Amino acid sequence: MHDLLGLVAEGAADLRPWLRHGAWRATDYPLRRDFDADAFRVNANEAYPFVRVEGDGVHEIPVGPIHAGVIEPGHFRFSVVGEKVLRLEERLGYTHKGIDRRFGELTVAEGHRLAGRCSGDSTVAYAWAYAQAAESVLAILVPPRARWLRGLLLEAERIANHLGDLGALGNDAAFAFALAQFSRLREDWLRSCGEAFGHRLMMDRIVPGGVAVEVPREAALSLAARTQAIEKEAREMREIFDEHSGLQDRFLTTGRVTPDLARRLGLVGLAGRASGQSMDLRADFPIEPYSRLEVRKVSHPGGDVAARVRVRFDELFESLRLVRAILDSMPAGETRVDLPQPRAGAFGVGWVEGWRGEVFVAIEAGEGGRIRRAHAHDPSWQNWPLVEHAIMGNIVPDFPLINKSFNLSYSGPDS
Amino acid sequence: MIPILLKSLRTGIVTEPAPEAREEWRARAAQVNDEVLRLLGRALVIREVDAGSCNGCELEVHALSNPYYNIEGLGIRIAASPRHADMLLVTGPVAKNMEEALRIAYAAMPEPKLVVALGDCARDGGIFGASYATCGGVSRVIPVDVAVPGCPPAPLAILEGVLAAVRAKNG
Repeated sequence: MHDLLGLVAEGAADLRPWLRHGAWRATDYPLRRDFDADAFRVNANEAYPFVRVEGDGVHEIPVGPIHAGVIEPGHFRFSVVGEKVLRLEERLGYTHKGIDRRFGELTVAEGHRLAGRCSGDSTVAYAWAYAQAAESVLAILVPPRARWLRGLLLEAERIANHLGDLGALGNDAAFAFALAQFSRLREDWLRSCGEAFGHRLMMDRIVPGGVAVEVPREAALSLAARTQAIEKEAREMREIFDEHSGLQDRFLTTGRVTPDLARRLGLVGLAGRASGQSMDLRADFPIEPYSRLEVRKVSHPGGDVAARVRVRFDELFESLRLVRAILDSMPAGETRVDLPQPRAGAFGVGWVEGWRGEVFVAIEAGEGGRIRRAHAHDPSWQNWPLVEHAIMGNIVPDFPLINKSFNLSYSGPDS
Repeated sequence: MIPILLKSLRTGIVTEPAPEAREEWRARAAQVNDEVLRLLGRALVIREVDAGSCNGCELEVHALSNPYYNIEGLGIRIAASPRHADMLLVTGPVAKNMEEALRIAYAAMPEPKLVVALGDCARDGGIFGASYATCGGVSRVIPVDVAVPGCPPAPLAILEGVLAAVRAKNG
């Protein structure tokens, strides 16, 4: 809010810049109307004071923004004694792309493409939340079949991400077999999604007014068959995970966020449910198709890496069931309606339970069909501070494992 | 242990044949040192840099390591440090906040510095374009050999682009 608009929260204790790393001056605010976007600026990354931990034998490990693996950029500053982490401070904002300002250059009818690129792994959740917001700006309803197809796409996205994370979590505990198996299953699933929906990651399939995809009978049957095959293999893998003492030794009690801490700091989504929280928009505020499917909400009080693995397995199986249920009972009919011109000043919001947590989008329409203001909110925003807590008292080599067990987005909250 | 071995045996080898290089994606004429390439042989070390992507491209780069594409089997390895890398594989429109880090990574690479701009954003800024927060493509910051289109490019397209860059340097 401060870096982009110059608003200061009353009583704010930490006034360090977050999104502004030096690409624009401290006296410029990119979301203000008088911001000169074309002015030449020297991009000079500014010094950023981290909180120092003092004491005998304490040293700092700086990591990033470019990390060792193929992951998004961010900076982590560990204060450690020996192997033990006393404190972690995160500094993000590296992938800030000016998305809120860019929304203002698009029309309400085309903003879903930008929303779907806030965080690529959650493109379906973002596009659906955007579409909900746009449809409430436009005061229209989408046809029933489009609603069911949206549910199908969202569960397909959840399955793809859970398969990927389960493999990566095994790998981060030195169990490469898990990565080989789950990355194979993920590829099987992405290929099926590519065939059924025309895009492996299902980008731009949900549009304001409905969906830009039709799933023919044959594709639906092969998708349903794929869910059966994946479920069978994933159940074998779960048994192998549960029986593997080396793996459980790394997972259990590692990176613990207690239910009490999760509640106080507002941990959401999958990570929240693995710390005893019980919020899932699909079950708590079910819209079609979820209102007809009785989503089984998963929750576990453990709060450690093991609990986040367990929640992923349970949600994977539930999503596979939901995909089959949706394919079975999806109504026939139209999948898209024409869009009227938005009324300037009309306001709308959208709220969707993505695989990581709640994605929220708000839109205000301007003149001539354009967006006046829009913001897309990523659940990682609430969850990043909990990663700082989860690592405390753990050893440095467990950080990749703990971090992956949350698997938060950088691009989403940096937007 | 037995269930793990059984699972591995039952799964078998699923790796598929590698694609050909896609020559039309070459963006920069070759300035190659044949000798260096001969030294490299078929092995190729890549440092991936996310310069502000939405993480979609990263998902497909990850897929290259799955058993179907099995790039390690082709002699291609993704390294942790640019100092060990023959190639920089860059995603994203280059966020201004990543501009300096990208320049430093490029400077740290040994010659010949191969650069592949991966995805529509890396090619020309994509949907984010050039703005107060983005540079509008990798070639505005460092020299690019091959630019691979797609949002995100599918794993095979990434591999075709990587091979095109290697062949470009190979002359």
